[in-house]
Amino acid sequence: MEAVYAIAVGVLAASGVWLLLRPRTFQVLLGLTLLSYATNLFIFAMGRLGQHTAPILDPGDPGSITWHADPVPQALVLTAIVIGFATTALLLVVLLALRGLTGTDHVDGREVDP
Amino acid sequence: MNAILRHLVVLPIVVPLVVGALLFFLAESRRVARITLACVSMLTQLGVAISLLYLTSDAAPYIWPQGVGVYAIGGWPAPFGIVLVVDRLTAIMLTLGAIVSTSTLVYSIARWDRPGQPFHSLLQFLTMGLNGAFLTGDLFNLFVFFEVLLAASYGLTLRGAGEPRVRLGLHFITINLVASLMFLVGVALIYGMAGTLNMADLAGRAASLSPDDRALLDAGAAILGVAFLVKAASWPLNFWLPGVYSVAAAPVAASFAMATKVGFYALLRIGTLMQEYERLGEALFYIGVATLVTSTIGMLSAKHVARLVAYTVLMSMGILLASLGLRNEALTAPALFYLIVSALTSCTFFMLTGMTDRTRVTDPPVAAADRPEENEPTYAAYGVKRPSVYELPEAAGIAIPAAMAFLGMMFTACALLVIGLPPMPGFPAKLALLEGMIGGRTSTPSWVLAVAIVSSGFAAIIALSRIGMRLFWSVAARETPRLRLLEAAPIALLVLLCLALTVLAEPVMRYLGSTARSLHHPETTIETVLSREWQRERPGAPAP
Repeated sequence: MEAVYAIAVGVLAASGVWLLLRPRTFQVLLGLTLLSYATNLFIFAMGRLGQHTAPILDPGDPGSITWHADPVPQALVLTAIVIGFATTALLLVVLLALRGLTGTDHVDGREVDP
Repeated sequence: MNAILRHLVVLPIVVPLVVGALLFFLAESRRVARITLACVSMLTQLGVAISLLYLTSDAAPYIWPQGVGVYAIGGWPAPFGIVLVVDRLTAIMLTLGAIVSTSTLVYSIARWDRPGQPFHSLLQFLTMGLNGAFLTGDLFNLFVFFEVLLAASYGLTLRGAGEPRVRLGLHFITINLVASLMFLVGVALIYGMAGTLNMADLAGRAASLSPDDRALLDAGAAILGVAFLVKAASWPLNFWLPGVYSVAAAPVAASFAMATKVGFYALLRIGTLMQEYERLGEALFYIGVATLVTSTIGMLSAKHVARLVAYTVLMSMGILLASLGLRNEALTAPALFYLIVSALTSCTFFMLTGMTDRTRVTDPPVAAADRPEENEPTYAAYGVKRPSVYELPEAAGIAIPAAMAFLGMMFTACALLVIGLPPMPGFPAKLALLEGMIGGRTSTPSWVLAVAIVSSGFAAIIALSRIGMRLFWSVAARETPRLRLLEAAPIALLVLLCLALTVLAEPVMRYLGSTARSLHHPETTIETVLSREWQRERPGAPAP
């Protein structure tokens, strides 16, 4: 499972970085989104991967990392998703404003001379 | 009384949060109420910051005997709950931040807060993010406060709109989003290896890791460091800064004076707390020197005041980072003194830039070099003045006589501050830095940095006098702007404050010296945060 997970995170991150370096604003936006998916999955994996390990304690249950998932990375991921969502939305607005102001979707606001 | 004083720690976060939210609901038409509320909030923060400065010093040993105050936000003990930690460094940064934002606020009242957008709320959230980043003792919380700070700064950068602001704002947002993602990866790696996010707890746990885990933890710390370096505008991650700072509205650029310093603060804080000071390494030195060199070249090439000032911000960051990279403990206190001076300088200088811009009649303002050239002939052909987004109506009000003389004097004061000439405190700051570098334990890097600092000072003389002559002595037609007392007063007061810093350099350096000592011996801080002592005195807590 770890290998599949790691490959998934790697592919997401690599595609994200590639798109981020493209000249069109929409590609940059998608690149950022993919990168943030990769980051979120990465944070999640830092709580160790496992099955049937809900982070819920029953009464009298002392709790152990072997049969309970670590709740902290899950909380971190939630926070990161919310913040990333909000900032991406803001970036989308700025992107559209730049498109409207300059008439091009190049990140520098003008086409590179051929 | 002591129980109440303990709650002071949380005020720098709560006050701007509440006031910023309230300001959203106050109608634009109730301008007096809005301004009063915003001013009360800033002055409260200033008061709280100064009290914390006093309470953490040796003069007031009765509530925090070690000079370290801990505040558990949810009432959960560290390392499980999130704590705020206040020590001398935090108190200094809080005070500096409050001074910068208060003067920015007063300055903005004169002209800049008029056009529609929620300037006051954003400024409050910006200070909330800054204060939170200085106070927090938890890595993930640091991320959250960085995001608060950044979100507010995105809004502020775009303020006033116009194509250059939107274009550079897009770059600014993108770069900082990537930096935030790196921050998250770093934090996640550190948590995965050490199992804690509390900075004080981390210090102890890092030491007991196996070499393999330790290597991964260091990798996490390095990724985190890159995120901080983006914030601290270090070369080669700083190409966004001159553009963004020079197109941003004057009070916005002034309020960003602390935003670059927070990156340096985070490096210093985490580097010393995790006892990674030795590992911070030579890399930081070379990065700092490269920043210094590029900023020097940038200063010499800058054609506009705002761009020049943006490069002086880079220059100060280069000096700070390189002196941190020398790993010489004797340099920490002078570096902090220089940090204070440079934060005040960039705030004052950017505010002044907003005024000198109004003296130009014909030239297009800010960032003319960045504009596409194709529109130029059209405006000229029709004999129309280029439409400017920066134009605001000259506000009516009490005007200051001899406006140009005032501007010239303030420009000279700011130039002296940047260059580091007496009687401004840039001189003792740079002198102390140079003395620390070549006074005792000398090495080749120290000499390199000393030479770089002195030559960047010479370059600053050339660049600033050239721009100053063009601004004030040139024969080109310039109109004398009407200055309002409200916008001139913060500049004059900040310059006076700087003069006071020169006079009081000795006690300030003594305080900074004790700050540096406690930074380099973080055992006390770690013990205080992790001990349960402070929790027992919490009101309402069961007696032991």
